[in-house]
Amino acid sequence: MKIHEYQGKELLRGLGVPVPQGGVAFTPGEVKLVAADLIQRTGNPVVVVKSQIHAGGRGKGRFVEQPEVGGVKVVKSAEDAAQIAEKMLGNTLVTIQTGPEGKKVQRVLVEQGMNIARELYIAITLDRATGRNTVMASTEGGMDIEEVAAHTPEKILKESIDPAVGLQAFQARKLAYALGLVDPVAPRFVKFLLALAAAYDRLDCALLEVNPLVVTGDDQVLALDSKVSFDDNATFRHKELEELRDPNEEDPSELEAKSWDLSYVKLDGNIGCMVNGAGLAMATMDIIQYVGAKPANFLDVGGGATAERVTAAFKIITRDPNVRGILVNIFGGIMKCDTIATGVIAAVKEVGLKVPLVVRLEGTNVELGKKMLDESGLAITTASSLRDAATKIVELVQP
Amino acid sequence: MSVLVDKNTRLIVQGITGKVGLFHAEQSLAYGTQVVGGVTPGKGGETVLNGRVPVFHTVRDAVEKTGANASVIFVPPPFAADAIMEAADAGVPLIVCITEGIPVADMVKAKRFLQDKPGSRLLGPNCPGIITPKQCRIGIMPGYIHTPGRVGVVSRSGTLTYEAVHQLTTLGLGQSTAIGIGGDPVNGTNFVDCLKLFQDDPETEGIIMIGEIGGSAEEDGAAFIREHVTKPVVGFIAGVTAPPGKRMGHAGAIISGGKGTADAKLAALREAGVSIADTPSDLGSTMARVLGAKTSA
Repeated sequence: MKIHEYQGKELLRGLGVPVPQGGVAFTPGEVKLVAADLIQRTGNPVVVVKSQIHAGGRGKGRFVEQPEVGGVKVVKSAEDAAQIAEKMLGNTLVTIQTGPEGKKVQRVLVEQGMNIARELYIAITLDRATGRNTVMASTEGGMDIEEVAAHTPEKILKESIDPAVGLQAFQARKLAYALGLVDPVAPRFVKFLLALAAAYDRLDCALLEVNPLVVTGDDQVLALDSKVSFDDNATFRHKELEELRDPNEEDPSELEAKSWDLSYVKLDGNIGCMVNGAGLAMATMDIIQYVGAKPANFLDVGGGATAERVTAAFKIITRDPNVRGILVNIFGGIMKCDTIATGVIAAVKEVGLKVPLVVRLEGTNVELGKKMLDESGLAITTASSLRDAATKIVELVQP
Repeated sequence: MSVLVDKNTRLIVQGITGKVGLFHAEQSLAYGTQVVGGVTPGKGGETVLNGRVPVFHTVRDAVEKTGANASVIFVPPPFAADAIMEAADAGVPLIVCITEGIPVADMVKAKRFLQDKPGSRLLGPNCPGIITPKQCRIGIMPGYIHTPGRVGVVSRSGTLTYEAVHQLTTLGLGQSTAIGIGGDPVNGTNFVDCLKLFQDDPETEGIIMIGEIGGSAEEDGAAFIREHVTKPVVGFIAGVTAPPGKRMGHAGAIISGGKGTADAKLAALREAGVSIADTPSDLGSTMARVLGAKTSA
C-alpha cells in the first residue's frame, strides 16, 4: 500500500524523524492560508507547492492542461502559492512514472522553503538475497537512484540490519563518515537514521525512501522528500493506516477484486484471463503473448474458486472495455473440475457474456467438467491444454 | 529414492483443528503419510480424524510423544512465524509452512531465529508443500496427479508445479520428489538447496525448475547449475509480460528497480545450459526430449 508524501511526512514527524514544516491543501484558498501561516511562523517568504500523486518524477513532470507548469514549484509569497496551486489542482500531471495518461492532482503539499547545502539519498528496504532489511545511502541525492545503481553502483553504500538487535549507531556513523559528513552534521544524521529505521519497523514498511535527505545551510538534517509504502501482509495490525488510503489513486476494479479476495492487476491488452494460482496466472498471460495477442489483466481466483468468486471475477474482467475475449484456465486439484464447471456456468448465466470464452480445465473429474461446459448450451469453447486454450481464444478474437 | 521426505517421515500438523489443517491432514493420511500428531494450543489431549491423530498443546510435547521428524504449518498469518520458530525450537528437522500472507517483518525475524537452529530446515512459507509419490505427502497438492519416477521438480508456484507434475505423470516419467519453495520474498529452502539435493539423489535423473519474476533466486540457481549440476535441467520462468512495480499475486513476484525480470532470469538459465520450456505446456515434453537425448548418448 502506498500513501502520499504529506501523509508519509506526518507519520515520520510523529516518530521523531525531522521533516520540513508544511501542510496539505485541497483548494487554492487553503493553499493561501497554509502558506501565509508558514511564512509567518518561519519568517521566510519562500514556500514550495508540491503536487501530491502516488508517482515519482513530479518535479520534472508537466501538466497536460498547463504544459509550462511542473509538478513542484518554489514561490515567494502566499498569493503566488495560491496562483500556482490554481494551475495544479484538478489538472493532470504526467511524469516518467505515471505513464502518458498521467494522474489528476487533487491535493498539494505546501512546505517551507529550505536553504539546501547538500542533498543525499537514504532508503531502507528488504534485501531478498539475505532476508534482512538494508539501509542504502548515497551522495547522489535527488538523482534517480536506479540510474545511479546501473552506472555507478560503487556510489551506493549499504548496511544490513540484524533483526535481532536493529540498526546500531555504529552502522549509522559508518555511513555518515562515508558520506563525507562532519560534525555537527554527522551526529544529527545518525539520530535521523536511527529514527528512520525505527519508523520502518514500527510501521511495517516495505520501502522507506528519503530522496533527497538534505543538509541545510544551518547544518540541520531533514527529509525533503519521502516515499513510504507498507507491507500489504501486515495491514491487519495497522488499522490506523487504512484511512490514509486514497481511493482516487487506486484502480476501482483492483479495489473491488481485493474485497473478493481476488488478486487482480489491470493490463492494456484485450484478452481477459481468470486463473487459479499466481504462477499459472502469470504463465497464462505470457502464453497469450506467445501466441500473438496481449493479456488484459492478471487475475488469480485462488484455491477456493467458488461460484460467487468466479462470478465476481467475470464481472471485473468484463467491465474493462478493452476485453474482446476471455480465457479461463483452472488446474483443479483439490477443487474438482465439475465443481468449477458449475461455477463457470452459473457465472456466465448471471453475467451474460458478450465476448468469446475459452475454458481450459485440468485435474480431478476433468472429463465430467468439460462435458458439463459443452452441454451447457452456452457459447463456451473448451480446450485441452494451456497452449490449445491460448490459440483458440486468439483465433476467436481475431476479426 | 527421494529427497527430504519418504515413507519413514513422521509428520505433525500445526493448526490441525482448523478447517484447512484438518482437511489436509486427512488427505495426507489417506495418501499413506504417517500423520502422527497435531498441535493446537488449548486442545492438547483431544484427538481428531476418528481418534487416529492425537492433538498436543505444544510442538515440543508432540515431538516427544510421537517422535515426529517433520511438521506442516496451517496457522493463520499473524501467528505463523511464531509457529515456525516453535517447531525449530523443538528441533523438528523439516518445517513446511503453507500459510500465505505472513508479514515480511515476521519472516525476517523467523529466518534470523532459524540461523541458530542448523538442525531445522524451513520450506516455504506460501508454498504447496513437498511430496514423494506413493510415500509421503506434506501440504496441499492433489496427491493423485503424482507418480513415482525419475524427475525432481522445484518451483515457486503451486499450480505451475501441478502442471509440470501432471505432464510428467502422463508421459510416464514420474517424479522423485516435487518441492514447492513458495512465492514469498523471504523464505527458507531455495533453488540452490533443492538443486543440490536433486543432484546428489541417485534416482533423480532430471530436474524441472520453475521460477517467476522478482528477486534473484533463479539467477543464484543458474550459477549453481553451471558449476555443480551434471543432470539435465528444464526451466520455466513465469511473468515475461508482467509490468514493473506491480505485485503479481505472490508477495515476492514483483519487478522493482529494474531487478527481477523474467528476461534476466531466462538469460541466466540459458547461459547455464538449462533447456527452457517456451510455455508451461512444454515442461514435460522438454524433459522427455533432454532425458531421451541423454539416454541415447
